[in-house]
Amino acid sequence: MSSRTLPLLFINLGGEMLYILDQRLRAQNIPADKAKKVMNDIVTTMFNKKFLEELFKPQELYSKKALRTVFDRLAHASIMRLNQASMDKLYDLMTMAFKYQVLLCQRPKDILLVSFNHMDAIKDFVRDTPNILSQVDETYRQLIEMYTLLPAGEFQLIRQTLLIFFQDMHIRVSIFLKDKVQNSNGRFVLPTSGPVPYGTQTPGLIRMFTCNGEEVKRVQFRNGGNYTSALREGSFELFGDRVIKLGTNMYSISRPVETHMSGSLKNSAQHAKVNTAPNPLAKEELNLLAKLMGGMEVQKPGNPESGFRVNLFATDEEEEEALISRPAELSYEVINIQATKDKQANEELVRIMGEFTESEEPTPCSSSKGDDLLTMMDGL
Amino acid sequence: MYHKEKSIQLKSSASALYNNLSVLRIGPRSLTHFTVVHANVVNMVSASWDGLNYSHRQLQSKEGNVATSSSLILQAAWCVLPARELLVLTSQKGIQMYESDGSIMVYWHALDSPETPTAAQSGLATCFVLSFSITGVSSGSLLVFDVPSKGSNITLSEMLEEHKEPLTDLGSECSGSQEFIADLVSADDSGLLCVWKSGDDFQLLNKIPGFEVTCSSVKLWKGIVAAGYGTGQIRLYEAITGILHAEINAHARWIYSLDIAPFTGLLLSAAEDSLVRVWHLTLTPETNSVEIEHMYNECVTDTQICGAKFCDGDGYAFAVTGYDLSEIIRYTQA
Repeated sequence: MSSRTLPLLFINLGGEMLYILDQRLRAQNIPADKAKKVMNDIVTTMFNKKFLEELFKPQELYSKKALRTVFDRLAHASIMRLNQASMDKLYDLMTMAFKYQVLLCQRPKDILLVSFNHMDAIKDFVRDTPNILSQVDETYRQLIEMYTLLPAGEFQLIRQTLLIFFQDMHIRVSIFLKDKVQNSNGRFVLPTSGPVPYGTQTPGLIRMFTCNGEEVKRVQFRNGGNYTSALREGSFELFGDRVIKLGTNMYSISRPVETHMSGSLKNSAQHAKVNTAPNPLAKEELNLLAKLMGGMEVQKPGNPESGFRVNLFATDEEEEEALISRPAELSYEVINIQATKDKQANEELVRIMGEFTESEEPTPCSSSKGDDLLTMMDGL
Repeated sequence: MYHKEKSIQLKSSASALYNNLSVLRIGPRSLTHFTVVHANVVNMVSASWDGLNYSHRQLQSKEGNVATSSSLILQAAWCVLPARELLVLTSQKGIQMYESDGSIMVYWHALDSPETPTAAQSGLATCFVLSFSITGVSSGSLLVFDVPSKGSNITLSEMLEEHKEPLTDLGSECSGSQEFIADLVSADDSGLLCVWKSGDDFQLLNKIPGFEVTCSSVKLWKGIVAAGYGTGQIRLYEAITGILHAEINAHARWIYSLDIAPFTGLLLSAAEDSLVRVWHLTLTPETNSVEIEHMYNECVTDTQICGAKFCDGDGYAFAVTGYDLSEIIRYTQA
């Protein structure tokens, strides 16, 4: 499948994460300066130069486990803490939102416009901090360079790769249920009305030609839907009207967001079979993680003044209840890597990763190397 | 025109891949076999003619001597050759051929990928007259395999290099008649269609250019190419000359599957827009005219369809698969 999928997956999921965290920070009345620090810290870590270099390399998509671990680390890049249940819920919301956007994209290239919608919002979150702003602009440039000239077929392949990643996920999100874009069985509503994609004609016309190319007959057929002509194309530049709304912040209006687990059991059990890779994190995934952690600011341990916890649920009791009642099949099986609060240990990790990649050969025992590294990381 | 029958349940859901349903029926009153791809697994179901009995099998992608692989399968389809049927799987790493029930792998062809694996949707087709199985790959090459009437002595006969973009689908002449010169049509991501004559050396008869719009599904019937595109259009061309007979604004989104019922000229199209449409082709050889008429619509609610095939040569029944759907939905004529 496409080896250019990971950057789009990461940036869009990251964007959704920021929307949700922004909403929770406001809902919990976290002081503005602390909230801003959290947002800035996460964005600057997301768009860390070395991390992006790793991300934009042509490569296969990571496993769900690895990606979840990356986002776990990212969410903890600042003074904010999330309990397991809240982190699970955050990740559910992020993934279902992006799955929805990918499915509903009218044409595959629109995924890039969705990504730009997220980028535009991220830029707005950090507009007061010039150095982070320049990181965001740099990421825009990389996106434009990598994606704007790709043909439609390649975008469809990216889209198909993303859909395989999201296969069988049917977690019900109350904001989607309320807006009637998701059914009670967890499946998204696909309308057969509205504007057709840019570049497509409204279905209904049959034209028949002679051997000389003259049109000889024109027939209309009933298309079974309620379509209108395409809207204008969105902008793929640094600035511009993206036209499509997918990928914009749907949490702007403060609404409590719950996810429902019960409807998803059957499908998730089916999906569990696919990830049969024995190695919890492949070498490349560890590489990315190390680069991410390398880019994180040193957090002084146990400073009660600055640190705080964010809850994705309405109350602490609800959060505890969610942790207990989460079905086993939906566990993300996050690798428990201790957040490195010690700068020295952090450097050690990066050095270890460096050694690891230097001795790289495509050998079958790479899985055992991964295990050793994990053991080392757990001990840090 | 059609009504819905009881669906066939699958062990896992269908992935969003072009032409993600293959149907095999050997003989009018025998079992109908279906395959649907889910990531690195092929779901195989065999259904009795009366639709009352099913048996399931799952085939996992195997490459060379690796027991199981997580490499994604891109397409699974049966090749109906004169003396046997083969189940052919293409994955990111190569081409695997099995006996038609999926029980034994008879051949494995690794695809070299000097740089990082990219793209790789590919189509499958068989040549009717001779015993060739053809597979298209992401580099644009068509690999022609010579298949003996039994056993595993399959050899790569030649590689056809005409396409520059990844192959998406192949169609072989399905009318059953030998009067048509063209045996095979291949389609790629740029919309280019190549028309071939089979033989010990395959011959390129014609190239029909695309307009940088992917042709995701293609069929060849009585010398007519039916092609489905990413813009939702279907176009009918005369294979040898490239004359455009008809252009239909058929679907509101990317077409994923086309099929033709060779005995009646019914055409089935299915797309991401949740719609399956049935058309009828009428050929008048005396005037060299081709007419197409719309017959029927079926909306598979809230589903992006990824596979649709007739279950028999008359088009009496058809089956549909959709992304994230763990069933094969069936329809028969009312």
